[in-house]
Amino acid sequence: MSTFWSLWVIVLTLANLGLIAWVLFANRKVAVDDQADPENKTTGHVYDGIQEYDNPLPRWWFMLFVGTLIFTAIYLAVYPGLGNFKGLRGWTSVNQLEAQQAKAQEQFDDTFGKYLDMPIEQIAESREALKMGARIFANNCAVCHGADGGGNYGFPNLTDNDWLYGGTPEKILETIHEGRQGVMPPQGPVIGEEGVKNAAEYVLAMNGLEHNAEMAAEGKKIFGTVCMACHGMDGKGNQALGAPNLTDNIWLYGGSREQIQHTIRGGRQNQMPSQKDKLREDKIRLVAAYVYSLSRQEEVEQ
Amino acid sequence: MTTSVAKTGPVPGYDYKIVRQFTIMSVVWGIVGMGMGVLIAAQLAWPALNDFWQPFSHFGRLRPLHTNAVIFAFGGSVLFATSYYVVQRTCQTPLWGGWLVPFTFWGWQAVIVAAAITLPLGYTSTKEYAELEWPIDILITLVWIAYALVFFGTIAKRKTSHIYVANWFFGAYIITIAVLHVVNNLEIPVAPFKSYSIYSGTKDAMIQWWYGHNAVGFFLTAAFLGIMYYFVPKQAGRPVYSYQLSIVHFWALISIYVWAGGHHLHYSALPDWTQSLAMVMSVILLAPSWGGMINGIMTLSGAWHKLRTDPTLRFLVVSLSFYGMSTFEGPMMSIKTVNALSHNTDWTVGHVHSGALGWVAMISIGALYHLVPVLWKRKEMYSVKLINAHFWLATVGTVLYIAAMWVNGITQGLMWRAFNADGTLTYSFVESVIASHPGYVVRWIGGSLFLLGMLLMAYNVFRTVTETENAAREDNTKAQPVAA
Repeated sequence: MSTFWSLWVIVLTLANLGLIAWVLFANRKVAVDDQADPENKTTGHVYDGIQEYDNPLPRWWFMLFVGTLIFTAIYLAVYPGLGNFKGLRGWTSVNQLEAQQAKAQEQFDDTFGKYLDMPIEQIAESREALKMGARIFANNCAVCHGADGGGNYGFPNLTDNDWLYGGTPEKILETIHEGRQGVMPPQGPVIGEEGVKNAAEYVLAMNGLEHNAEMAAEGKKIFGTVCMACHGMDGKGNQALGAPNLTDNIWLYGGSREQIQHTIRGGRQNQMPSQKDKLREDKIRLVAAYVYSLSRQEEVEQ
Repeated sequence: MTTSVAKTGPVPGYDYKIVRQFTIMSVVWGIVGMGMGVLIAAQLAWPALNDFWQPFSHFGRLRPLHTNAVIFAFGGSVLFATSYYVVQRTCQTPLWGGWLVPFTFWGWQAVIVAAAITLPLGYTSTKEYAELEWPIDILITLVWIAYALVFFGTIAKRKTSHIYVANWFFGAYIITIAVLHVVNNLEIPVAPFKSYSIYSGTKDAMIQWWYGHNAVGFFLTAAFLGIMYYFVPKQAGRPVYSYQLSIVHFWALISIYVWAGGHHLHYSALPDWTQSLAMVMSVILLAPSWGGMINGIMTLSGAWHKLRTDPTLRFLVVSLSFYGMSTFEGPMMSIKTVNALSHNTDWTVGHVHSGALGWVAMISIGALYHLVPVLWKRKEMYSVKLINAHFWLATVGTVLYIAAMWVNGITQGLMWRAFNADGTLTYSFVESVIASHPGYVVRWIGGSLFLLGMLLMAYNVFRTVTETENAAREDNTKAQPVAA
């Protein structure tokens, strides 16, 4: 703010407050002193039958008003408010935020620091660590993956031990750190509508679902030339590419005939956002351990 | 039970037609606007109700329709009716302006109908309480200029030596709303119903809340204080408590209110100095606001017994109590540490409605019950008992509404700021929504009771105006007021 505008703010503010204080003090007493005379009890104006008493300001109200003005004077001296004047405390909202963040980071070093070097498998065995991991998951991941990690349409289920990119601690960490870009290219223009329908029947067949055997046989040929590049000859997918297993009846975008056709025809785009700039390294390790534990619940129970 | 009716004295041919028109439309738009409010309250409690007629019936489209209908259609019609009535009677002269007078009525109704069509269709400039698109903004400006000409033209040819305090408030509201409306709606039109604000970023937000808060400060406060200054002493038959107080609180109120809008943007990108200044100005506003409440309530000293028998007076006095309560709450919520808890919660919604239902609607209803018998030359309203029933429905409805929102607001504020020792949030957002559900149901019940009261009013007004038996009643323009 330039000096001109700063002065503009200061002058307007003080002028307004000064005028208000003047009006308050100038009208503090009654207009006519001799209140014994009944004629002086009102102002003498009559509007449509309405008169006005010449009563003084209620004392408690006057004191309340003066009190708020004194509060304002002190506040504007201590905090920024009058143009470029910074206030005696030098407070800003940014330095308040930074102080609070620094304090929080210090606490986090105490709470989380020890997980920085601990192997994920070991973290996953600590009840306390998993509890914290679960809370970090609820704050940051549950929006897409669900409060229970069970996923949603387009967002993978993290509890079923079926992995798009691999479920080892290293792979989970990589996914959280870097994020993932899932791309299934649209095949409609490549194999034609007939091809889309046949390929879909073959995908249904691989999952043991109700299908048209004749069309599936045609679809198998297409699969062998086009789809196998990513999903493999056997259709069991490729975690290095993030290509899903198409034989386990687990679906990211639905397993109905129409949904499968839609996926083949138009392709799919998906993104898991990178977390490395959003979460501290120790928090990432905690949440990775939590996700790792989710997929192993069944094993642990057995 | 009875209600006193104004003694009018010799009538210099006042222009009552325009007042009658706006009075009837106040009741109609009141029911429409509050009915819309009850509907969207139900949508928040039971979200499936959004699905009936998508996308037109979606909450996001009906909410601005509700706010525009209650503020500008209901509140606006009440203000046109009362300001035209009060300015004539306290200046002892008919309205000035010729064809401008009916133009303000038909123009304003056209604005309301245009809003009711364009908002559900999704046309919006996205500025809260200023959602209407640019062609409607221009029509509002024209109507408002006509309104100002009529009002100040009438003041200019007054027969009284001084200008009555009610007219100070009406005058301040008309001038300030003109400035606010024009400045906030400066926009570049790109299509018949699409425009872009000429401001951007934080500046846009600051202009918007300078407008938004003063829409409350001048449209919903200063102007309704104008109503108070005429109808309370008139209905109570007592002089105004203190002329000195009206001078001090008038100048303080209108000069301080315009600084306070920044408190809607605490802890935002708005510069620190603007936030601090908005906060202290809001705190100062407590005393000037209470000045109006004191002057209204103390006017009753010596006439308290009338409250027992006159439900119209009860509306006026209880509205002042709600005014005092919400103008204490407002400065408190503008303090940054309190705002950190209350911001974005239902507390804000409750605060607005303790003002909107408790103050604005109740004083409007009181003024309308005073006006209808005078305007249609009846001895009194068709049923005073129905006024009393309306009073209790409105009071209980308002209390249920604001209590539910206090509980919800503080619950939400506390849940959102709760941290675990490890720095994570204790509750996810949806948990606070689940916790709020009972409050949403209670809010809907409160709003429904308030709406039910308005329906009783519509019936009562209809019978008063149309009843042939009533028409034969004593003409109150010749009669003395009926004693309680």
